[in-house]
Amino acid sequence: MILEIENMSLAYGNIEAVRGVSIKIVDGGIVALVGANGAGKSSTLNAISGLIPIKNGSIRIDGQSSAALKPHEITRRGIVQVPEGRRIFGRLSVEENLLMGAFSRTDHAAIAEDRDHMFELFPRLKERRRQVAGTLSGGEQQMVATARGLMARPRVLLMDEPSMGLAPLVVEQVFDTIQAINAAGTTVLLVEQNALMALEIAHHAYVMEHGEIVLEGPGAELAVDERVVSIYLG
Amino acid sequence: MSVQQDDLDGRLSRHLRRGIVTGAGAALIAIYLGSVGLLAMMNARPVVANVLTLAQTALLAIAFLVGLLSQRTSAKDRSPVFWTAPLAGLVAGLLAAGFASLILSINLRSIFIALTPPLARLLTFGQPGISGAGLLVAGSVVAASAGALYQRLPHKVRRLIFPAALAVLLCGMFQEFIQVILQSNALFRWFAPWFYGWDGLTARGGLTIFAIALAFAALPFLVRRPGGFAGSAGSHPWRRSAPALLVLLLLLLVPIAGGPYIAQVFLLIGLYVLMGMGLNLELGLAGLLDLGFVAFFATGAYITAILTADSPLALAHYTAVPSFPFWAAMPLAVLGAVLMGILFGIPVLGVKGDYLAVATLGLGEIVRIVVQSDAAAPILGGAQGILQIPKPQIGGFQFGSAVSLFYLTLAAAIFAAYCAWRLERSRLGRAWIALREDEDVAQAMGINLVQSKLLAYAFGAAFAGLAGSIFAVMVNSVFPSSFQLLMSINVLALIVVGGLGSLSGVVLGALVLIGLPEALREFGEFRYLFYGLALILTMRLMPEGLWPAGRRRRRIVVPATGARSAQAARP
Ligand SMILES: Nc1ncnc2c1ncn2[C@@H]1O[C@H](COP(=O)(O)OP(=O)(O)OP(=O)(O)O)[C@@H](O)[C@H]1O
Ligand SMILES: [Mg+2]
Repeated sequence: MILEIENMSLAYGNIEAVRGVSIKIVDGGIVALVGANGAGKSSTLNAISGLIPIKNGSIRIDGQSSAALKPHEITRRGIVQVPEGRRIFGRLSVEENLLMGAFSRTDHAAIAEDRDHMFELFPRLKERRRQVAGTLSGGEQQMVATARGLMARPRVLLMDEPSMGLAPLVVEQVFDTIQAINAAGTTVLLVEQNALMALEIAHHAYVMEHGEIVLEGPGAELAVDERVVSIYLG
Repeated sequence: MSVQQDDLDGRLSRHLRRGIVTGAGAALIAIYLGSVGLLAMMNARPVVANVLTLAQTALLAIAFLVGLLSQRTSAKDRSPVFWTAPLAGLVAGLLAAGFASLILSINLRSIFIALTPPLARLLTFGQPGISGAGLLVAGSVVAASAGALYQRLPHKVRRLIFPAALAVLLCGMFQEFIQVILQSNALFRWFAPWFYGWDGLTARGGLTIFAIALAFAALPFLVRRPGGFAGSAGSHPWRRSAPALLVLLLLLLVPIAGGPYIAQVFLLIGLYVLMGMGLNLELGLAGLLDLGFVAFFATGAYITAILTADSPLALAHYTAVPSFPFWAAMPLAVLGAVLMGILFGIPVLGVKGDYLAVATLGLGEIVRIVVQSDAAAPILGGAQGILQIPKPQIGGFQFGSAVSLFYLTLAAAIFAAYCAWRLERSRLGRAWIALREDEDVAQAMGINLVQSKLLAYAFGAAFAGLAGSIFAVMVNSVFPSSFQLLMSINVLALIVVGGLGSLSGVVLGALVLIGLPEALREFGEFRYLFYGLALILTMRLMPEGLWPAGRRRRRIVVPATGARSAQAARP
């Protein structure tokens, strides 16, 4: 088990944002975590990345507790987040953003190769490699954020709402890319508002509500589960 | 009355109002400058000998600016008309003429001591009565119209005229400095009389300088390859580094030629450049606002003092530690400053933004107060400070003069600049830039937040410690009162004015903000008015700084499309 969250709770002051959440992520899969606004999805991802402390329970990477690890150490263990709202380095160029993603790597030749590979994956970025990233369109910024995350050669990519604010056609492309990334061997934990689409590509999925996991199962099953449908469509 | 007529009337009255209001505003500024006595002071400094004083230049510049501003489109006035400019000039001139006659007819000197008949004469170009008033009004109208014409010139032409006019102004204002330099060398002495008489810039000299500066400003337009596009100008490395080399040459030669006073000023500028480069790492790269920066400078100075001074407070005096030569003390001073930087950084690690400014300000003050305290007095001398710090020596040569210490500072600054330049391009430099942009994401990229931040404080402090060490031997003594908050603010201001994150900007910022007040010493307290004015103007007109860092300048770069421009964009 590459990443295992067990009975995890966390709070902002008195507000309990996540309560007793357990998520298992096995190597090579796409795991989706869906839920309404404020359900606690981003909080869960930030806890995994070590950006906020957890109150109870445990997060284990390769079977070892990550409690004592600093955010950069978690990144170096291959758990890399593509944060919500893209949060690219707006004043750096597209290329510099990508190289920043490879910050903790030292294999320079392979970094250059990966960068070229990213430009193959996202041809739009190649055209704009020297453009200041803050001036890109929303969709292009999402591409930068995703590519930057991949530049770390993650074992698990934590993606927080990659489809946020994008046109339906672009959303399709983003999901295609996620599947391609996964096919190339990267495990993906996908947080999405766009629940039905996320469930369709997920091998396994969790539904979160008010800080708790309320449903769990194979993605394809949940996609047709009437409870999910009633939450999201009705 | 038709709707169209109505609209026309509305526009007419708007233009009228605009002209009158801006003109009155200009007159108020002129009257203010006169009343506080600044004009009288400025009148003592010629720009062009016997033709134009600084005060007259300022008055004309105000009228000129009014004309220029009257032609700017604004949200309220989308189509400015030309005649608002002469109208504004007329209003300003009439008000100023009224002011002048008021000074002559009523004695206001008991309230405003600056309101003297000479001030009135200055306003009226030395002419008495009606002809003087007429001259004043005419001058004002002409200057305002000239400003309006200038504003209507194409941007390219303005880019030529402005630097040329500025060059004449600077060459005239600072004639004393330039004359000293010109007298130092036979070649200079040969052509100096063309430009300068004993009392300042000659008219023909001013015109020649204008022409030369114009030619220089036009150079980039002429040299540009036909068919090349604007971005290609930066693609020749020599062309980008040429201005920097020119400045370096200037820095090398001016202090010898200019004598001890100028060397002293340049020495001070050099120390601020060193500190500026340090703070630039902290703030420009890592985004850590630091208002306690002077503490590192003080640490460097005090360590140098304790290790080298010939005083009862020196370590050598009451311990077995031998007395250090400067060259051994300086690295230790830098090391001490680095430790101070780390100590300083630890408590503010989790503090961000505005709070960081306040927290560092507090830390800086704590350091100064501790140094000043009675508790530390047996070691650091309290308010009495530590005296008798010897000058550095190499063999038989002593760095006794300001000129020699300046070269020491210059060498240190060049070394520091090289370090800063390498740091910026290093892994650590990239980590700092990422931290400045977004701390959380930077950590998610694998950047060690604690380590990177502490290193930013440590490196910044190293530069300041080096400057402090030289400062200690420059003034031969250290006192707590030399390390005021104002110094931190000065360093901050100069890197912001120069352009955050830009090495060349630091040099330029220090020249302007440290050099300018020195050059304007005769204006007493007023020079801080100029300092403030320079600050406000650069931030209004050049918000990226005088010499923006490449990274910032690129913010407006458009993506390269197509093979030709893609190639040209490559560095
Ligand atoms: N820094 C914070 N301080 C206080 N409360 C917070 C903080 N961050 C999140 N919360 C609260 O925790 C709860 C969960 O937030 P979280 O961002 O995890 O939701 P989410 O599931 O990602 O929602 P969305 O889909 O809208 O992004 C929300 O009620 C939110 O207001
Ligand atoms: Mg969220």
